[in-house]
Amino acid sequence: MLMTKLTNSDIEHNADLAKLPLKKDEAEKYKTQLTQILNYIEELKQVDTEGVEPTSQTTGLTDVARNDEVKLLESLNEQQALSGSDNVYNSCFIAERLIRK
Amino acid sequence: MEVLGIKQIQTGLLEKEFTCVDLVDDYLKRIKSFDSEINSFLTLTEDTAYAKAKDDDKILTELGKDAFKKYPLLGSVVAYKDLFLTKGVRTTAASKVLEDYVPEYSGTVVERIDKAGGIMIGKLNCDAWAHGSSGENSDFGVTKNPWNKEYVPGGSSSGSGAAVASGFCTFATGTDTCGSIRLPANYCGVVGLKPTYGSVSRYGVIAMASSLDSVGHITVNSEDSERVYNVTKGTDGKDATLKDNSFEFPKEGATIGIPKEFFVKGIDAKVGKKIDEAIKIFESAGYKFKEVSIPHMKYGISVYYIIQPAEVSSNLGRYDGIRYGHGRSYFGEEAKRRIMLGTYVLSAGYYDAYYLKAMKVRTVIVSEVEKVFEEVDAMIAPVAPTPPFKIGAKADNPLEMYLTDIYAATANLSGIASLALPFGSTKTGLPLGFQLMGPRFSEPFLFHLGSKFEKISGQTYKFPNLEK
Repeated sequence: MLMTKLTNSDIEHNADLAKLPLKKDEAEKYKTQLTQILNYIEELKQVDTEGVEPTSQTTGLTDVARNDEVKLLESLNEQQALSGSDNVYNSCFIAERLIRK
Repeated sequence: MEVLGIKQIQTGLLEKEFTCVDLVDDYLKRIKSFDSEINSFLTLTEDTAYAKAKDDDKILTELGKDAFKKYPLLGSVVAYKDLFLTKGVRTTAASKVLEDYVPEYSGTVVERIDKAGGIMIGKLNCDAWAHGSSGENSDFGVTKNPWNKEYVPGGSSSGSGAAVASGFCTFATGTDTCGSIRLPANYCGVVGLKPTYGSVSRYGVIAMASSLDSVGHITVNSEDSERVYNVTKGTDGKDATLKDNSFEFPKEGATIGIPKEFFVKGIDAKVGKKIDEAIKIFESAGYKFKEVSIPHMKYGISVYYIIQPAEVSSNLGRYDGIRYGHGRSYFGEEAKRRIMLGTYVLSAGYYDAYYLKAMKVRTVIVSEVEKVFEEVDAMIAPVAPTPPFKIGAKADNPLEMYLTDIYAATANLSGIASLALPFGSTKTGLPLGFQLMGPRFSEPFLFHLGSKFEKISGQTYKFPNLEK
């Protein structure tokens, strides 16, 4: 079986995708540990899954809907919705600028 | 202090041996004497506990014994794993990311327990974001096993197991994504329920892996577990995976399966021997046993360690520090490890080889479990391969830590119910036990088996000496 071996650029790429700031020693550690875990889970290749449907949930329920009604008492008002941040302006959350000219 | 189940509490209240305020006094006294070492609580809600206790005492004066019909948890003192949102009370997921997050609403389970008369005393430590099997991954310090403080209490609901076992509350809630309720219950010598996926609402509980998370609780006996389950279960119009279901009890002389793959290499002799004893006890009560097989169970951890981190990486994507909480640099080591792993198995070029493959092997395991339940009414199995291990023993080897969950994975991957029951201890006084797994929505039958076992075996919970 082919061994998976993660490289530094794999780690950097994934950290970037996940928006995780990693320190240098962390990246090195994750490279070793994740390689070890990936090689363990490679054992799944031994299982024949030809023609098997994937399972994404176990309830068997489909298209669950509730009545479309506004429940004011259960909804957050503006003040409550903003209460988790100090960084607000004009009833909006302040976020980092994404586009620069 | 003697161990009080909910029934004993309510009898004591009726007979005026004590009041709800007295109970809160007692629990708080124990917490303040011993929890500085155990480290099971992250937040104490003393004032609200006394206010609620006074309300409960008033209800009891007004309604007498009818009070318990309307308020089945009246007088019980509850602590919530810090993954359960509690309106106005800090909820951290034991992570620095949410260090000072105060929710604006409560989860369904919290609301239902409150309405049923339960008295909240505080919020409990756990592995951060419920990532862990030992309680060592909390950003607020390790929780210790009350039976021996050099040992782990099991995780991720580490504070829940330790607090109930220490007599800091009557019962505690937890979440079980792959053993996170059953393992701490097993390591702390108390009863843990991992309910059927889709029986108890996840609304207002911080999500870990959405196709696996089940919301349950830890109690001192099976009867309490049933009582709490009867309050928390059922549809709420918010969690779309819920179903109201009734369960038909098997006829007399039910058969319990022994899944042979759970008893092969890796299982500690002490754990195995105790299960043999438990089987004899059930046999004496007329239950038959039969060997069954779940051939692909051995792949459970590999399937789990693809699906779970994948769902974790998605669920933790929302923590950007903009609307609440701190930014992503505040994530601890284990959360980052799982986000990285999940991102990898979902990323372009790897999705089919890992995530899709895992979902297919999951189908194979689910169908094998379903087949077993055509032959037997329940299964008996170990909760973990070994008794509790020492703090630090697996800290440097994540893979070895992950394998602690090998016997837990089957129930989560297939969405079935499992009840972890304590039974005796090792020569050095560390708790032992086993789990009973049943088909989806078979909780009433599992509680019945649990209560029967407790009665015949004489297994009753006693608090450890915390002065040591």
